[in-house]
Amino acid sequence: MNFMYERLLGGKNGMIGLAILAALILIMLPLSLDLFRLNLVGKYLTYAFAAVSLVLLWGYGGILSLGQGVFFGLGGYCMAMFLKLEASDPVSTKIQSTPGIPDFMDWNQLTELPWFWEPFNSFGFTTLAVILIPSVFAFIIGYSMFKRRVGGVYFAIITQIIALILTVLIVGQQGYTGGINGITDLRTLHGWDIRTDSAKYILYFINAILLFSVIFLSRFVLTSKFGRLLLAMKDKEDRVRFSGYDVSNFKIFVFCLSAMISAIGGAMFTLQVGFMSPSFVGIVPSIEMVIFAAVGGRMSLIGVVYGTLLVNFGKTIFSETFPEIWLFLMGGLFIGVVMYFPNGLAGLWEKHGYKFVGCIKKMQCLSVVRTFLVNKRAIKVAAQND
Amino acid sequence: MMTSTDFTLAIEDLTVSFDGFKAVDNLNLYIDKNELRVVIGPNGAGKTTVLDLICGKTKSSNGSIKFKNRELTSLAEHEIVQAGVGRKFQTPSIYENLSVYENLEVSFPRGRSVFGSLTFKCTDEVDRRIRAVAKDIFLEDFLDMESALLSHGQKQWLEIGMLLIQDPELLMLDEPVAGMSVKEREQTAELLTRICKGRSVLVIEHDMDFVEKIAHKVTVLHQGKILAEGNMETVQNDPNVIEVYLGH
Repeated sequence: MNFMYERLLGGKNGMIGLAILAALILIMLPLSLDLFRLNLVGKYLTYAFAAVSLVLLWGYGGILSLGQGVFFGLGGYCMAMFLKLEASDPVSTKIQSTPGIPDFMDWNQLTELPWFWEPFNSFGFTTLAVILIPSVFAFIIGYSMFKRRVGGVYFAIITQIIALILTVLIVGQQGYTGGINGITDLRTLHGWDIRTDSAKYILYFINAILLFSVIFLSRFVLTSKFGRLLLAMKDKEDRVRFSGYDVSNFKIFVFCLSAMISAIGGAMFTLQVGFMSPSFVGIVPSIEMVIFAAVGGRMSLIGVVYGTLLVNFGKTIFSETFPEIWLFLMGGLFIGVVMYFPNGLAGLWEKHGYKFVGCIKKMQCLSVVRTFLVNKRAIKVAAQND
Repeated sequence: MMTSTDFTLAIEDLTVSFDGFKAVDNLNLYIDKNELRVVIGPNGAGKTTVLDLICGKTKSSNGSIKFKNRELTSLAEHEIVQAGVGRKFQTPSIYENLSVYENLEVSFPRGRSVFGSLTFKCTDEVDRRIRAVAKDIFLEDFLDMESALLSHGQKQWLEIGMLLIQDPELLMLDEPVAGMSVKEREQTAELLTRICKGRSVLVIEHDMDFVEKIAHKVTVLHQGKILAEGNMETVQNDPNVIEVYLGH
């Protein structure tokens, strides 16, 4: 019980923060937005998975990955492959020269399903793949880098290059991956049409609940000794190493975990948006995810969710209102936040939220003093009257 | 070639060269159980390099380092620590973003694997140990303070405490009183004589008054080699030592 309250909910303050966020995402937004906008919010919230993963990796671990889009994309592609296979049954693809395979394969003169697509006929396998493929990929990258003590800016550059390589690979292997257009025209999940209004509502809530689960999981990790070790490593890596810890193992683990969390977001993205393409894998989305985390506050699991929502709404509003200069406005927002609020929105709240609470307390104090003074005067008056 | 010994630490023929420059040259050094050894020497004599070699931060070119008859040169840094060797760095190396309590908790030698650390619980036993160590290092009233706010001397103590909580059999301290006030130096001298019971301590220090207070035996290093070894008096009167280090 205490464990639940103190660690997962984060005590009183953490619980209030969580409750406000839950009320916003689970009640206020669904009630006040039309389905189109709500679906947009749902899409943004899938990016929040990546932002949460960056809190673990970057905020606490001090490891900046400019390639979270890789894992987001891998998760999304796994899910898209399953949905595409279901949408490509022989009946609905009978006009193709090879019925029963995804349309883009047919356009690229493929005559049978590639071997690595076969397992994605199974939903069970797909679910596992969404979680495991990105984690294993992260393990390979992490093992080869952290065991060699590659870190800091070199790690950031390498992850960025991996994002680029993966994009080039996906675009280049059009017959196997759908190329630059991605995997589109996804329809049903086990016969359940994901394009209907009710499905969109359900998927929105599944997504939101998964996001909260991921936040709880991250809380558990960050409040354990592991979390304190991450902070310790960020500050003095050598001291941790010379206190008997194999630092690379800790880094590999947090990198894999962050990959897994991003991938869940990617899979939910595919389900809600209805397609997956290389434009969610590469350098630009990966850097955007870092911006979400920076704006929200990279030390705050709750803050980054707000950061993601705010930046994405900003993006939508700016791009709708100022189509020519919206990218500059986005850049300006990022620079402004980093310059003036290095701890992002969460830092701002901590600073001024404290003042706000202090203000209320001060008002209470004042009223106590006033009551006291009034009483004193009343006593004086009474004494004089005697 | 090397036989089993009773020494806690036995360094034989240790050499390391950086691009041809021999920072440590054919060094032989033996430290007994319960001994407090101080290594002194002019700048660039190779003192810190010796500690780096023992704890695995630098790999030796040649020679052997045996800790309780176990070869250390082939072990990874964390394995050397787990074998029972603790090392304090020259500049206080503590986790400034954690509290004093958390600094000690993180250093507690349990839950050292990834999954061990996820399931680690700060039990009463751990808590008692943390408080006991905090008392030893004069920081029992600062447990909840963010360690970045400690004074320089307190940071030095905290790092010593982070090693003590691991209960190492060999404790290596690189300039533990650098930047300390006179009173803090006295307290540290008292601390060191207290903690060297049941373990061996290897200290690098420049402050001769401090060395005199704590050392059982002194080794003088010069250009990667041992210039003199013995008790304080012998070393202080050694003409070679006076020539290169102590001055006339």
